[in-house]
Amino acid sequence: MAQKGLELQSVTIALEGRVLVALSRSVAPGDVLTLMGPSGSGKSSLLAYIGGFLDPVFSASGKVMIGGCDLTNLPTEDRHAGILFQDPLLFPHMTVGGNLAFAIPASIKGREERRNRVEEALEGVGLAGLAGRDPATLSGGQKARVALARVLLSSPRMLLLDEPFSRLDTELRQQVRELVFAKARDSRLPVVLVTHDEDDAAAAGGDVVRVGSQ
Amino acid sequence: MKTALVTALVFLFLAAAAPAQDIDVKAWDAVVEKARGETVYFNAWGGSESINAYLEWAGEELRERYGVKLVHVKVDDTANAVTKVVAEKAAGKDEGGTVDLIWINGENFASMKRQDLLMSPGWAEDLPNWQYVDVENKPTIRTDFTIPVEGLESPWGMAKLVFFYDSARTDAASLPENADELLEWAEANPGRFSYPQPPDFMGSSFLKQILAEKAEDQAVLQRPAEEADFEAVTEPLFAYLDKLNPLMWRGGKAFPQNYPAMKQLLADSELDIIFAFNPSEASSAIANQELPDTVRSFTFPGGTLANTHFVTVPYNATARAGALVTANFLLSPEAQARKQDPKYWGDPTVLALSKLDDKDRALFEAINLGVATLGPDELGPAIDEPHPSWMERIEEEWKRRYGVGN
Amino acid sequence: MLTRLAPSLAMLLLAGPILLGLTGTLLPAFGYLPALGGMHPTGEYLARLLQEPAIFHSALMSFAAGLITAAVSLTVVMLFVGGWAGTRLFSRVLHLVSPLLSVPHAAAAFGLAFLVAPSGMIARFISPELTGWTRPPDVLILHDAMGLTMMAGLVIKEIPFLFLVTLAALPQIRLAETRALAASLGYGRVAGFLFGLWPQLYPQIRLAVFAVVAFSSSVVDVATILGPTSPAPLAVRLLGWMNDPDLSMRYLASAGAMLQLIVTAAALGAWTLVERICAALRDSFAAAGKRLRRDHAIRIAAFAAMTLSATVVIAGLGTLAVWSVAGLWQFPHALPKDFTLKSWIAAGPRILSPLTTTLVVAFFSTLLAVALTLLCLAREDEKGRKVRRGTMLLFYLPLLVPQAAFLFGLQLFFILTNSAASIVALVFAHFIFVMPYVFLSLSDPWRAFDRRYDAIAAGLGKGAWVRLLRVRLPMLTRAILTAAAVGFAVSIGQYLPTVLIGAGRLTTITSEAVALASGGNRRVIGVYAFLQMVLPALGFLVATLVPALLFRRFRAMRV
Repeated sequence: MAQKGLELQSVTIALEGRVLVALSRSVAPGDVLTLMGPSGSGKSSLLAYIGGFLDPVFSASGKVMIGGCDLTNLPTEDRHAGILFQDPLLFPHMTVGGNLAFAIPASIKGREERRNRVEEALEGVGLAGLAGRDPATLSGGQKARVALARVLLSSPRMLLLDEPFSRLDTELRQQVRELVFAKARDSRLPVVLVTHDEDDAAAAGGDVVRVGSQ
Repeated sequence: MKTALVTALVFLFLAAAAPAQDIDVKAWDAVVEKARGETVYFNAWGGSESINAYLEWAGEELRERYGVKLVHVKVDDTANAVTKVVAEKAAGKDEGGTVDLIWINGENFASMKRQDLLMSPGWAEDLPNWQYVDVENKPTIRTDFTIPVEGLESPWGMAKLVFFYDSARTDAASLPENADELLEWAEANPGRFSYPQPPDFMGSSFLKQILAEKAEDQAVLQRPAEEADFEAVTEPLFAYLDKLNPLMWRGGKAFPQNYPAMKQLLADSELDIIFAFNPSEASSAIANQELPDTVRSFTFPGGTLANTHFVTVPYNATARAGALVTANFLLSPEAQARKQDPKYWGDPTVLALSKLDDKDRALFEAINLGVATLGPDELGPAIDEPHPSWMERIEEEWKRRYGVGN
Repeated sequence: MLTRLAPSLAMLLLAGPILLGLTGTLLPAFGYLPALGGMHPTGEYLARLLQEPAIFHSALMSFAAGLITAAVSLTVVMLFVGGWAGTRLFSRVLHLVSPLLSVPHAAAAFGLAFLVAPSGMIARFISPELTGWTRPPDVLILHDAMGLTMMAGLVIKEIPFLFLVTLAALPQIRLAETRALAASLGYGRVAGFLFGLWPQLYPQIRLAVFAVVAFSSSVVDVATILGPTSPAPLAVRLLGWMNDPDLSMRYLASAGAMLQLIVTAAALGAWTLVERICAALRDSFAAAGKRLRRDHAIRIAAFAAMTLSATVVIAGLGTLAVWSVAGLWQFPHALPKDFTLKSWIAAGPRILSPLTTTLVVAFFSTLLAVALTLLCLAREDEKGRKVRRGTMLLFYLPLLVPQAAFLFGLQLFFILTNSAASIVALVFAHFIFVMPYVFLSLSDPWRAFDRRYDAIAAGLGKGAWVRLLRVRLPMLTRAILTAAAVGFAVSIGQYLPTVLIGAGRLTTITSEAVALASGGNRRVIGVYAFLQMVLPALGFLVATLVPALLFRRFRAMRV
């Protein structure tokens, strides 16, 4: 799977006529673009715009391209933008394995094959054998890792991270952060990270854009 | 009742005509043959659980024996069934009407007869089971509320106004023996007597009983009210009611809605004296645990209202043959015996036991009339029903005086 | 596509029948009903209506019932929420009261009747020991001329309704903070609530209060069971005329329905006046700095009124249940001499057909309402904004327009299209009243759903339908089933739509029960009213058990 860079061309997001964010950037595969700013600054809206789930109350313009392919007018489900929020948001009505299997594209057929992928993905985040568990019984760190495994299984073209580490305590945060970035690099995915934590930005190592600063 | 309205309205839009059918009651086998497969819509008062259950039994028998399907259309006032036929006639629906059989007597029969709404010529006396009917000793079978029946309705049961009281609470010696004593009794026992709100037929019947007792000239009641001085004739009645009203249950500000409600009030000991048209009604209620077994009956030695209730077929009935088969079945010794049994209903028969064969007579003799039922010889003399026209006027006047609004 | 059509479809299905029905009611009121030969507009029937004995008395009683019921229920709820919100006792009372919402009005009214009648349960319990009564006192309690018992019967049912509506609005105001602030300024609990929070809360529940005014001023079933008879409240008399087999009475009934519309509108108008007066009073008290620090008595009274109303319903239902299995039961015995299943066995075969109709109609009207509600809510998400006030009003419309005023005309329409008394027509008529409740109870949990789950699923490449069916609906199973149970209960409780659209040929447990009211056979009424109460309860049981079983392995899916 050839991974391509993410390109944002004159993206502007406004709320009731007030421009919140305006930027053009490109993010190479494996690189991280970090957006920092206070809450309400529109940084999460930018993420939503890229992912295609921006609340209709916002008005937005500009192009989102990946590998030369224009995503701007595609619905969310056709963009293949993997998202991680600050909560792991595992589906509470599915087992851990069910959450992961749900993420595997339908094009991958065969019960055996799909089950193997789930197992592999769990091993990849160090949670082998937990497929049958109720997500509510996992620890915070385990949940975060399942969420990561889930998003990776869906064969995304990019990763959108909306303060995904902010709910974790310091030690765990570092572990999970490293795991996420390592996986993104391995899969050569362009990453957009929204955070207000300078440590996150430093660990990401890529471009940092500050939005909403007066 | 709603059905009446809807069907009548529907007929205004869809005037479908069924082919005319000729029925000869004398060729009974042909009638029975024709009836097979018909559905008979029997419009009958549905306010009593035991009567409803009896009709369910009758329906079951009719289906098994004659292939006739009996549907009990429960009406809360027979006048509604009559109005239904009136509406159909007005809409030109002279065939294929929605009412096949009506439980009827008195003013409703008079009204239908007057408006030519009945299947004619007379057919009832040609029914095979007519041979058992006690026409000799029960004059109300051929004269319904002064109106000649002429075979236009078939007798079903006998009614006689009787009173009930609870002997555990009320001393039999204190019971009234006529209308005036009832008033005195009410003065001595305020709030313990009431009657169903007219035009409920039990309530209206009570008014008629008082009218009959208080009117100076009995004969005038047998003729249409238009021919008499209504105010003068009914003056004693309303003078009586004016005195009775404040002495009644709830000070005459509320009335039980019908007989079953009154029965409940006797059970609750809210009322001490109630009355019914069915002499064994109290025994049935005891059997059903609705009344205590200390309830007993009494009647006025001077006489109480008596009448016969009938079934009739409207002129535009659809299932005429089925309706006739049903009427005949209801007249059969077996159906009449079951009807007289307080276990099921307790309604006195219209048949003469002397005309029955031994086997059928045994059916009647085996019936246990119950502790609370007066024997046929204890029921006292019968007072004839007044001409139906009196009732209408009296109900109107009653409503004006005591029943504001509804 | 489907979701885009949903709001218009809902509008069509709710406003359509109401407008159509109102037209069908108003035209005959002015003498226009071609089917019966009425071709020329005439004021004759309105004149005849005004000639009816005691018609103004009836109208006035309906008007007063609307205002008094709403005022009493709202006052109790307001003072109770003001005095107790946030306490442990509050949540206890909540658990006591909320199931009562599902009890049909008619069942609650029968229960009350069996309780407070002179020969009722209360008199039996205290007699003869406390009262010396060996027989019931001769006092007019049921069907009293002032309609007090009828209003009491309405109040005990409207309190749970207003309480739960208020509760739903409570999270939108800052209860704890404002209370602390008011307390720090020296205001009593109730005063702090009334001055600081009620003005924000009331607008949110205002439509529900209007619905109470409208319903109580036009109710038929409760009025039949408990209301005055000479004369009866307006709506009861209307139904009598409507049911008259003499077709020409239809004109009079339509004219009466128009009067009902005016009475209800007047009651609503008067209510807005009451609102203003109360607001002015409140403001002047607040401006005068009345702190009501010693509000203990008010709080206790509100608590007592609240529990009393719930207890009355529960005790009434219990009495009904006992009557349904009672053998001989004379006054003043507190229990029957013996018990028997006779009433149940006798009613059994006769109940089957109305029971089937009840269940079928409730099931399909609820199904339709839930499906349409989900589509409307999904459309709301697509457009990204909450429904506007106008749309909200639309959902409340069937609860604000008196039922009689548009059901008469709607029945006529069904007759004209030859679909009266069909199960489809009945389902549709019930749907009109089920839909508002389903929408109101489902919209909050739907909006509270964390939309990020949706974003995640979309990010995983899942289309809208997959997201709806595999993520949102399963996660909202409990809320959906609860809303469905509410809808189911509403359908079971419907009286007038059943009587008018079912036209006597399709009967339900409720229409049969009310029809039995005049017969006074307490055992049979007990059977029907007991079923009336059990069916909605079964609905809620299913709504609780199914998700519990379905998701028994998932801790976060439990409440």
